[in-house]
Amino acid sequence: MIKISLNGEELLFEKAPTLVEVLERMEIPRQFIAVERNGDIFEGDFAECVLSDGDNLEIARFVGGG
Amino acid sequence: MTIKRNDDPLIIAGETFHSRLLIGTGKFKSAKLMAEAIDASGSQMATMALRRVDLGSPDDSMMKHLDGSKYRLLPNTSGARDAVEAVRLAKMARSAGGFTWIKLEVTPDPNYMLPDPVETLEAARQLIKLGFTVLPYMNADPILARRLEDEGCATLMPLASPIGSNRGLRTGDQIAIIIEQASIPVVVDAGLGMPSHAAQSMEMGADAVLVNTAIAIADDPVQMARGFAAGVEAGRMAYLAGAGGESRLARASSPLTGFLNSGESRS
Repeated sequence: MIKISLNGEELLFEKAPTLVEVLERMEIPRQFIAVERNGDIFEGDFAECVLSDGDNLEIARFVGGG
Repeated sequence: MTIKRNDDPLIIAGETFHSRLLIGTGKFKSAKLMAEAIDASGSQMATMALRRVDLGSPDDSMMKHLDGSKYRLLPNTSGARDAVEAVRLAKMARSAGGFTWIKLEVTPDPNYMLPDPVETLEAARQLIKLGFTVLPYMNADPILARRLEDEGCATLMPLASPIGSNRGLRTGDQIAIIIEQASIPVVVDAGLGMPSHAAQSMEMGADAVLVNTAIAIADDPVQMARGFAAGVEAGRMAYLAGAGGESRLARASSPLTGFLNSGESRS
């Protein structure tokens, strides 16, 4: 099993997922989000980003604020 | 009478705005109400925060209620406690939406949420190097204002009183010095609780104000947004008009000659 941490929650996948597969499983819309992979902002194509066992993802989006 | 929109533009980093009311998007009862209040305010710049996606309600994005074609969206770094966190949030905002303008906020103290001047200056320096247009939230400190301006910030955003406190313009004397010295726009941010506070800031010569809480937590945010828009405009008109100054003694408004039953002036 491949273990991915997403916003502090542990997710298990049978094979290494792409970023898009993680987003789809968690029903996170792809618009207006920022993704950090192991502390670095990921700027490329989400579909081509194959994750590795133990990867740590932080995904953020905009909320109301002043 | 209203100010003709094109006569008195606010220019920030080369971009022209016709509203001098910036608005925050937090604390509204619903995203729909937020959008209605922004429309009612006539604002052309709205700030929003960046937070972790809540895995329990992943589709809860307010971005579909914000119309970037009507007003500039200005992500902020709220939640940052130091320069490192602020730069991280700014980079995430740029990655999430291509935003290169950032409202820089570094507030390590949870009680008063006062901005950390040292970390704010350091973050501004780094963000400007990275190509961001930086609008820093700051304490009303004229020396810090100079340092931030020298660093290349696009505006200065001194606080009127603590964020969300609705306590009004408590730092007016210091802000007056900042306005006197600055050659970039001064936006009074935080703590303005009533349209009169906004008017007062504008009368002093502030270039704009930023309001969130006072509008968002009003019983009728749409009406309050209109009130703030009117307050900003009233204050701006008074500033442009040039006030006649104060006097300790009365200054008669009516002529002091020609009184009834008297051939003489009483003065």
